[in-house]
Amino acid sequence: MASETARTQPKPTSRPDSRPTSERPAPVTPEPRYIGKSFRRVDGRAKVTGATLFADDLAFPRMCFMKLVRSTVPHGLIRNIDFSKAREVEGYLGSITGADTPVPFGILPVSQDEHALCPDKVRMVGDPVAAVAAVTEDAAVEAALAVEVEYQELATIASLEEALATPEPRIHDYPKEGGNVHKAVSMEFGQVEDALAGADLVLEDVFFYEGSTHLPMEQHAAVAVPEDIDRLTLYSSTQTPHYVHRALAKVLELPPSRIRVVACSNGGGFGGKSDPFNHEIAAAKMALLLGRPVKISLTREEVFYCHRGRHPVLMSMKTGFSKDGHILGQHLKTALDGGAYGSYGVASTYYTGALQTVTYKLPAYRFDGVRVFTNKAPCGPKRGHGTPQPRFGWEVQLDKAAEKLSMDPAKLRLQNLEEPGRTTANWLQIGTMGLRRCIEAVVEGSDWSTRYGNLPAGRGLGLACGSYLCGAGLPIYWNHMPQSGVQLLLDRSGSVAVYCGEAEIGQGSDSVLAAITAEVLGIELADIRLCVGDTGFTPVDLGSYSSRVTLMAGNAALEAAQRARALLAEAVCDLLEIAADHLVFADNRVFDSSDPENGMSFQEACVAAEAKFGTLSTVGSYIPPRSPGKYRGAGVGPSPTYSYTAAVIEIEVDSETGLYRPVHVWIAHDIGRSLNPVMVLGQVEGSVYMGLGEAMMEEQAYRRLPAKYSSSLVHKHPSMLEYKSPTFLDMPPVTSYLIEDPDPEGPYGAKEVGQGPLLPVMPALANAIFDAVGVRIDQVPIQPHMILRALAAKARGKAARFGPSSFPEIDFGEILHVPTPEQGGDGRSIDDYRHKLRSGMRSASGTMTTREEALEKHGKLTTD
Amino acid sequence: MLRLPPFHFHQPSTIEEALDVIAGGDPSIRLVAGGTDLWPNMKRRHQKAETVVSLMKIDELRKISEINGAGPDTGAGTGLSIGATTLLDDVVRSSEVQERFPALARATASISSPPLRNMATLGGNLCLDTRCTYYNQTEEWRRSIDYCLKEAGTVCWVAPGSSICWAHSASDSAPMLTALEARVVLRSQTGSREIPLTQLYANDGIHYLQIHPGEILTEIKIPAASGTGARGSRGARGARNGRGGIGSRGGIGGRDNCRTAFWKLRRRGSIDFAVLSVAVALWLADDGVVEKANVVLGSVASRPLEVPAAGEALTGHELDLDVIRVAALAARKAATPMDNTDFKTQWRGLMVERYTEAALCEAASIPHDRPPPPHA
Repeated sequence: MASETARTQPKPTSRPDSRPTSERPAPVTPEPRYIGKSFRRVDGRAKVTGATLFADDLAFPRMCFMKLVRSTVPHGLIRNIDFSKAREVEGYLGSITGADTPVPFGILPVSQDEHALCPDKVRMVGDPVAAVAAVTEDAAVEAALAVEVEYQELATIASLEEALATPEPRIHDYPKEGGNVHKAVSMEFGQVEDALAGADLVLEDVFFYEGSTHLPMEQHAAVAVPEDIDRLTLYSSTQTPHYVHRALAKVLELPPSRIRVVACSNGGGFGGKSDPFNHEIAAAKMALLLGRPVKISLTREEVFYCHRGRHPVLMSMKTGFSKDGHILGQHLKTALDGGAYGSYGVASTYYTGALQTVTYKLPAYRFDGVRVFTNKAPCGPKRGHGTPQPRFGWEVQLDKAAEKLSMDPAKLRLQNLEEPGRTTANWLQIGTMGLRRCIEAVVEGSDWSTRYGNLPAGRGLGLACGSYLCGAGLPIYWNHMPQSGVQLLLDRSGSVAVYCGEAEIGQGSDSVLAAITAEVLGIELADIRLCVGDTGFTPVDLGSYSSRVTLMAGNAALEAAQRARALLAEAVCDLLEIAADHLVFADNRVFDSSDPENGMSFQEACVAAEAKFGTLSTVGSYIPPRSPGKYRGAGVGPSPTYSYTAAVIEIEVDSETGLYRPVHVWIAHDIGRSLNPVMVLGQVEGSVYMGLGEAMMEEQAYRRLPAKYSSSLVHKHPSMLEYKSPTFLDMPPVTSYLIEDPDPEGPYGAKEVGQGPLLPVMPALANAIFDAVGVRIDQVPIQPHMILRALAAKARGKAARFGPSSFPEIDFGEILHVPTPEQGGDGRSIDDYRHKLRSGMRSASGTMTTREEALEKHGKLTTD
Repeated sequence: MLRLPPFHFHQPSTIEEALDVIAGGDPSIRLVAGGTDLWPNMKRRHQKAETVVSLMKIDELRKISEINGAGPDTGAGTGLSIGATTLLDDVVRSSEVQERFPALARATASISSPPLRNMATLGGNLCLDTRCTYYNQTEEWRRSIDYCLKEAGTVCWVAPGSSICWAHSASDSAPMLTALEARVVLRSQTGSREIPLTQLYANDGIHYLQIHPGEILTEIKIPAASGTGARGSRGARGARNGRGGIGSRGGIGGRDNCRTAFWKLRRRGSIDFAVLSVAVALWLADDGVVEKANVVLGSVASRPLEVPAAGEALTGHELDLDVIRVAALAARKAATPMDNTDFKTQWRGLMVERYTEAALCEAASIPHDRPPPPHA
């Protein structure tokens, strides 16, 4: 407010220029005000002063509280629910059960396998069977504890191996094929067997990557506020208000237009808030039935049951190299322990194979993947979604290859780098590619060439790389609409309102939108108001997942702001007789670049434009480019462009205890262009932190009690004290490098940074342990006893490693053969048509159909 | 979030008043000091109370003072008395504790995190409920395993055939104070008794405290003979931040010839409970021969575990690596770590030996190459 005058005052830099326009100097592009600068986050002050309202901070008149009654058995049929003691609790208001929410939902159209409250069957400890509401949270807790549920227990499935070996009882009655396999895929790009046969070195490794959870500081909370009859607003800590909106409409059986979902500021998400959740839907149902606002705030334990975190993945990786260190081909097999529900699991399965090709040239590639159901909290997308597991294996295996070939691990990677603009064997389109510069940066920073292999015993360096999407190329449900939309509203006050469906989860998306808009219009961040993540008022953005917001919502904001600028420019040019290409928007002014005195304030420009055009509003939207892949499964992996990262970790290992400590991390990230370097660095360092947690200690582990006494299968430690995640005192110093090579697909050339920098951390740590003490740990988290066991094996002359010994025999289904671009393929599989019939297809109308529908459609076609 | 169940709350301002409330020995009445153990346990409903009596308004229980003659075995010189509700942070910052009993300062500094050390008390840490991964869970979680032997159940899930509970003592001050031969004062309406700290405990995860109904632990006494007597020693400065290889190194060759060390193993040095702590106190004769040695382990039994065999291995010898290794092996043999906390059980057994060796080396000022555990 105080700077109002200052902002509107022109800043003359020279006397009025009286020369004719044609003789004036060429227009000068002003120095960016925000883009590339470490400006303060637009939500920074509110966050650090406590002014930000998270979902749990909200209160409404007559608001009551809800608790879920959760299953205490891992697998069973609900026989009876007795509320009689709950009703006696003072303050009890009401309860609902699965009978009130019979319609299933799920994030993916192909996995509609969840219920707000389980109607008949529970599939894990923590599944919700009933909800109770009371006037206070204390009373709701007491009432929920007083509900008595009888179950008929079913045999449980605790692991990948058990799921593969146990077709009955089934956890779900889909897919058609039977058993407890949720999804199986098999695809081959080029001729892998030929490539391996011609290789000088073939490495075959089995790796295991344990599951881990997101552990956001904020526990999920939601408030459902009924408005009138059959109409409501749900406030929630969600990364994906649009998908929650769709699920609510489906389960509540209301038109979407009667439902508004508001994503509150998230206290961290990391993928753990990107599904629609049972508690959100149950709260909405309860609110409609009670006719008063209903709040639910989950406990930390309940967040462990929401989970959707990293899948535990067992991997087999067989790769062929030439003796001069060129990668010839790879056969990757992955097996995912999916937990009790589908969630994003079908996509996760594909992701364990999809991005294996984007860092190094891989001329022939086969990928087999399977996901199974188990009686544990469902897995889904956690930072890196499905790709950290195979990336761990790949980067460790490259380290082994370098050792076998007596090559420097950095050189081996550099000589195999994928190239910008190329199409990979599995038909992914590479954009800009800064991995070479990333590797060079960390190699130089860590003094790799003199120190690698030469440190004293117990000290070591490890190198690894990674790559990630800048937004998933396809939406969750098939459609032809924009993946992101932005609307700007300007008026005579000179203020600009930005409307966008994106959700701020701490990553800084609000600041990105505001900065892009401010930059284009030449105004200050303080002149912009944001309305985001509100399905009732903002254009759809699919949400904060897959590292998509900066690129997609950023491009939409850029388009909307450029259109607004064009409107203002037209009005200003008319008034001041300035050539359009000489017009500059900067310093809250619109003026002639070669005659800065000739101009007006931004507010005056808004007045001129509103007078000329009427009410001012513009929109922008973004649809990613089409991917060249046309085979079934090609929808997972494409992205407008990819980010790249390289990291070196230095480690200190005590070979008598196995205890170790990362000493320093050097990490370089190909960001395209930093819109805000401090925010980018925050994401890089946060990724290092999270990656170290996964590498060193985090385990979403389950425990089965002795079968003689109990059929229990419980989360081992659903608390923040016993689920071990590093604290900031466990964090080593990090040296970060931002590699800038603007990508034409990104706004101002920006790529993603939210997820990619996590990827190299885990393998770099494992590789550093090898350099320090000469043993391979082929699984994460790397526990001290594993190092001791590997050292003991080495001392006995056995393989100096710790890790899984074998990969089970798995039927991955019919293999899909896809010729590579180098083979002259067209992006389709050889047996495209037959395969579509076998396992489902996209119909001509562009909606995802089930296998049965596809067969039915085909039958109709042939009879027609 | 987790909610506390309803209960009655008393905050007496004198010990007598507190003793009155608990005089009947009613098990539904519980004492609380800092509450950093009881409140979470009550939220998770594995400790229950209809009435909770806070000791925090009783000023006389919060003090640190020097005493002459701290009990039958006190020896010459000045011992220390610490009131039961003295905050852990007060213990850590006390110059008397830092100078005379640096290993106690270090053990106390390793407990939990700064915010909790500003609430938790020394008496509370000594009475810390035994811990187990099957027990320190919410009501709903424990329902799903049909509870356990320690609370409401019939089976000890750590050792299903066992008739006793194997929950472990996770206090860090207890093994160190046991090694220092501390004594505690227990008061009741009928009087007070003073017992060696070691007699406060029983090796039973359920009945781990031998406090009679109606008694309050009021005071902890540390005998002078366990002190270093070397004011301003290096060890004391190190103990302040709880870091580095710090033992008590003062008083060699004099009458104050006690040397101590404390080592702690855990996942994260910032907050975690110990999965193993090793407290040692060695008394040396002028010629360097060990006259007496106390080795006490934490978190590997339901009580602070004294290892007499380790002490015997050291007694009568000059300290060298060979003697220390024999003692360390004895410690490993005495310990029975169970699968009821973090880390692999078998590996923890091995760590008993490694950490005992490291702690003894430090107390003996023998160089060793074991890197200190993370921030411990």
